[in-house]
Amino acid sequence: MPLFEHLGSYIITMKGMFARPENEKMYWKEFMHQCVEIGIGSLPIVLIISMFLGMVMTVQTAYQLVANFIPLSTIAVVVRDSMLLELSPTVICVVLAGVVGSKIASELGNMRISEQIDALEIMGINTKTYLILPKVLASLIVVPMLITLSIVISLWGGRFVGEAAGIINSTIFDEGLLRDFNPFNVTVAMVKAVTFALLISSISAYFGYNVKGGALEIGRSSTLAVVVSCILILLADYVITLILLNP
Amino acid sequence: MIKLQNIKKSFGERTVLHDISAEFLPGKCNLIIGTSGSGKTVLMKLLVGLFTPDSGQILYHGDDMVQMSREERKELRQQIGMLFQGSALFDSMTVEQNVMFPLDMFTKDSYATKLKRVNEVLDRVNLKDTNKKYPAEISGGMKKRVGIARAIVLNPQYLFCDEPNSGLDPQTSMVIDKLIKDLTVEFNTTTIINTHDMNSVMEIGDNILYMYQGYKQWTGTKEDIIFSTDEKLNSFIFASEFLQDAKNMRMLEMTGKYPGQTPPTNA
Ligand SMILES: Nc1ncnc2c1ncn2[C@@H]1O[C@H](COP(=O)(O)OP(=O)(O)OP(=O)(O)O)[C@@H](O)[C@H]1O
Ligand SMILES: [Mg+2]
Repeated sequence: MPLFEHLGSYIITMKGMFARPENEKMYWKEFMHQCVEIGIGSLPIVLIISMFLGMVMTVQTAYQLVANFIPLSTIAVVVRDSMLLELSPTVICVVLAGVVGSKIASELGNMRISEQIDALEIMGINTKTYLILPKVLASLIVVPMLITLSIVISLWGGRFVGEAAGIINSTIFDEGLLRDFNPFNVTVAMVKAVTFALLISSISAYFGYNVKGGALEIGRSSTLAVVVSCILILLADYVITLILLNP
Repeated sequence: MIKLQNIKKSFGERTVLHDISAEFLPGKCNLIIGTSGSGKTVLMKLLVGLFTPDSGQILYHGDDMVQMSREERKELRQQIGMLFQGSALFDSMTVEQNVMFPLDMFTKDSYATKLKRVNEVLDRVNLKDTNKKYPAEISGGMKKRVGIARAIVLNPQYLFCDEPNSGLDPQTSMVIDKLIKDLTVEFNTTTIINTHDMNSVMEIGDNILYMYQGYKQWTGTKEDIIFSTDEKLNSFIFASEFLQDAKNMRMLEMTGKYPGQTPPTNA
């Protein structure tokens, strides 16, 4: 399908999402269920990746800052700001595009192929609202939480490895973490997290919801969902950085 | 009552339904019969609004479904129950949750009331001890019956069944037919059934529409079918010698005469 056709049908799918729920309680239940699925489901991988990112960043920064006149605590400053501004939001969201995105796309794709979506539609349920909206809202809430956690864990990992490898004493690391701290960087991280969460959930829901054909198409469309989400995350990353951090 | 007027539907170049007009009556089992690929499922999906016709009208009590707003259509759909050809059960839910789902969504009843209703309908489709099983853990025929249970749990005014007894043994098949028939009479439901099961046709066919390659070929009742001279219908319905004999016997019963000549067999 040509790009503009996809864009048009994406917008139509997203617009269809906004309708009055038939039963608030059921929608709330579905929303909570999605929060758990997305949050708890991707917790282990987020923790593992964040810890290693922080560890690698500390060692690498120490390697790059070899001059004597630079205070050691600068390592912590660099690690903190890199994790906050770019590594945590972007790397973790690219991973989430794979974990959460493919799950959303294949779940909806399977429901489409086996006519479960049609069955809901026949009951008089607005399937775009019932199936897509809770996933998008849950992502918007849960992904920023995951990113926050990721930042904390990565800094902890960096602090730990700095001490363990004899690179930087943890008191000095802590001192660096607080030096020249700009709260605006947290805002940048959250803007990225929310934007990427919206991209991942809506794009994979779009590809899953609109699957046509057989079971083979489910796999194909979830791969496509991940690829498209990743590309758009990086594009959005660039745009956000340009807007928010352009000196 | 549902009325179809000059319905046409094509997919790309291929016309699947040519100018279909028909009437489906309340309190009756309205059957759509025809060979595989004749367009029965497409017609049923048009009736419930999952497809839109290229032209023509679908009138529910005189209101055209095609022209309805989203809200009106949603309201109408709460009067509709449908069994899909592939059952379409929610595979993340147990049998009980599947059947309870419409109740959860559209009623404010207590859990106990809902559970009672669920067990009632599961009982009607002869399913016991499957409440806690997932769709992947039950047989195809059981899925069909869960699908029927889910379709009737809200006592719909319109009931659509796409091949309710394909994949069922003859005995269960009869039970299902009887169940559908009873519900239809009891609640004056407008019931529409796609089938190619000859038993069903002869047992519950109050109003039969025979489709042939996307055309309406013949309409009538199960009694009319015995006397029909339509060659295509005859070779479709009474495809085997056994069935032809059965037809002749039935004719003998009804008229006291054995037909002089067996119908042509060009199946
Ligand atoms: N979504 C679709 N897109 C394109 N063609 C379709 C679609 N659905 C059905 N068709 C075509 O319409 C024709 C009628 O199909 P339909 O499913 O209505 O047959 P059927 O009478 O229900 O057959 P069966 O008894 O095997 O279920 C078939 O030739 C099929 O290829
Ligand atoms: Mg069919």
